[in-house]
Amino acid sequence: MYLKLSYEIRDKYLRKDMLPTIFCPGCGIGSVLQYTLRAIDELGWSKDEVVWVSGIGCSSRVPGFVDFDGLHTTHGRALAFATGIKMANPDLKVIAFMGDGDTAAIGGNHFIHAIRRNLDVTVILINNFTYGMTGGQVAPTTLKGLRGTTAPYGSFENPFDIAELAVAAGANYVARWTVFNYIQGINSIKKALQKKGFSLVEFLSPCPISFGRRNRMKTAPELIKWYNKITVPISKAKNMSPEELEGKIIIGEFVDRDRPSLDEEYEAYKKRAKKIMGWEE
Amino acid sequence: MKYPFPVGKSDFIQGDEAIARAAILAGCRFYAGYPITPASEIFEAMALYMPLVDGVSIQMEDELASIAAIIGASWVGAKAMTATSGPGFSLMMENLGYAIMTETPIVVVDVQRSGPSTGQPTLAAQGDVMQAIWGTHGDHSLIVLTPATVQEAFDMTIRAFNLAEKYRTPAILLTDAEVGHMREKVDIPNPEDIELVYRKLPSNEEEAKYPFGDIHGDLIPPMPIFGKGYRTYVTGLTHDEKGRPKTVDAEIHRKLIERIVNKIEKNKKDIIDYETFDLDDAEVAIISYGIVARSAIRAVKMLRSEGIKAGLLKLNVVWPFDFEMIEKIAEQVNAIYVPEMNLGQVYHLVKEGANGKARVELIPKIGGEVHTPQEIVKAVKRCEKCI
Ligand SMILES: Cc1ncc(C[n+]2csc(CCOP(=O)(O)OP(=O)(O)O)c2C)c(N)n1
Ligand code: SF4
Repeated sequence: MYLKLSYEIRDKYLRKDMLPTIFCPGCGIGSVLQYTLRAIDELGWSKDEVVWVSGIGCSSRVPGFVDFDGLHTTHGRALAFATGIKMANPDLKVIAFMGDGDTAAIGGNHFIHAIRRNLDVTVILINNFTYGMTGGQVAPTTLKGLRGTTAPYGSFENPFDIAELAVAAGANYVARWTVFNYIQGINSIKKALQKKGFSLVEFLSPCPISFGRRNRMKTAPELIKWYNKITVPISKAKNMSPEELEGKIIIGEFVDRDRPSLDEEYEAYKKRAKKIMGWEE
Repeated sequence: MKYPFPVGKSDFIQGDEAIARAAILAGCRFYAGYPITPASEIFEAMALYMPLVDGVSIQMEDELASIAAIIGASWVGAKAMTATSGPGFSLMMENLGYAIMTETPIVVVDVQRSGPSTGQPTLAAQGDVMQAIWGTHGDHSLIVLTPATVQEAFDMTIRAFNLAEKYRTPAILLTDAEVGHMREKVDIPNPEDIELVYRKLPSNEEEAKYPFGDIHGDLIPPMPIFGKGYRTYVTGLTHDEKGRPKTVDAEIHRKLIERIVNKIEKNKKDIIDYETFDLDDAEVAIISYGIVARSAIRAVKMLRSEGIKAGLLKLNVVWPFDFEMIEKIAEQVNAIYVPEMNLGQVYHLVKEGANGKARVELIPKIGGEVHTPQEIVKAVKRCEKCI
């Protein structure tokens, strides 16, 4: 892959009057944003045909920095707003940029239902295992034993595997990478964007400030090392026993299929309605 | 255009059905909802009609999602509506505030039932007035209409869309189980005879740069809808005229909120709608709205026949509220009576408006039944005697 210089991407897609971003040094959100913009750039999509939607959280601030139509909504509800956008104008391409708490806690219900309906949206998910914006509380993704301000002695709950959840709920495309798998990451986003129906690309993303600091990983490099330790590529995981996979996070492409999307189904439904009513042949 | 129901003639239909038909005629092409008694018939009618008029009707996972979806649809240019009852309306409050803050035209119907909580699902009440006006957090304003008949439910639905579009704000149609489920004759006009309002769009790139600025001096910014190449950023955070988040600037916050409140407050005269019956020479005023106003009209006639000079002010809009008009009425009469199907909601607004110039008495009723005219008469007479 030929990579354009970062400043070209920046100059082409970011809103200058919104810079600098609010992100802390070492935060992974900027990297994932860059991958998303590179994917759009390589696909040659116009800025006028894409709408960005988000909920609330550090990750959800992203639509403010990019020069596209953007709806920064309420915590957890991005996909519900996206349903209105996509269904009222199916010509638009919709990207939802979300945090893990946003997606899987307060937004959990909207998440599974958007997937069940196969809403044509691409979710770019920042999984930093914590609530970044509110200062490091535990999230539904926090691994057991890791600390957050609301579980200072280490989380005692079972975490969600968001990618697996998305596969089970019926998503058309699901992949998970760490922010350091940038080539795979960009390629996955490209695939996801082109896919009709629900697509999700999850990134394990460092939050040294709210998360790392409380878990003896104060810097991004320390988090990189940890990600290397806990992640296993999907091909390798296939030959590992459940015991060996205990505490590991699988990365790679989980599913790639082409079930019809919600807007396609609705088009057919409209035709059916008119036929049943004798309005059309 | 072909309509899936008769137009240009009258029909005998339920209030909920009338709201759905009126929405279609008002140009609504996006409906999202979640079933709840006594509002479900609105959704069922929309589900029947929408695909036939190339609109969308979708059953969401809950009411939070329903209002979120219609806000999203509004930002791509659709006239959009949802309908619910008390419990669902409570769930919508956070996103109702979002719609106010982002100045998104939407119509929300609340077919009131008795609460709190799941209460009396099939029975009417007027317990959501304060929730409609003040339910969301923060300082804000919006528009709340209160139909008393099936015809009014029809007419006010169209008006709700027009006001929402004109003022770039949520408009709430606050009806109740009685109006929602009752069947009455409704005149459905020819679509060409219905006056429709559409939101003001930016007329050029320059205007589109200020999606939250008072560029025309009328406090209502043109709305650069998505997908037209304007690349607008919309946030529920406090934002400047360009829509950029400015969360800790007191002056920017004050300016934004004052404009959002003032665009309703300063246009009060255009929005407020009421009717009077026998009020000119009245010594006793009844102030009522919604279904109860129908009993109140009859009560006025009965009181007059017994020699008590009564008159009625029927509120068709309960927010914005005309406090000054209430004060004028209070100066003219000895007492004001407010019959409501609750333990006092509009009563408090009236009392504030009366400003001590007249006695204000609440005639409360709860439990799901509408006041009978006799009950209102009795309450008025009892009180008039005790003075
Ligand atoms: C209804 C509601 N509840 C709580 C909050 C407070 N809140 C803001 S951001 C956030 C969590 C953010 O965490 P996550 O979604 O993981 O995103 P991150 O900041 O880590 O990117 C919370 C709880 C809110 N804004 N709204
Ligand atoms: S708190 Fe964490 S997620 Fe938020 S900007 Fe800082 S590093 Fe990034």
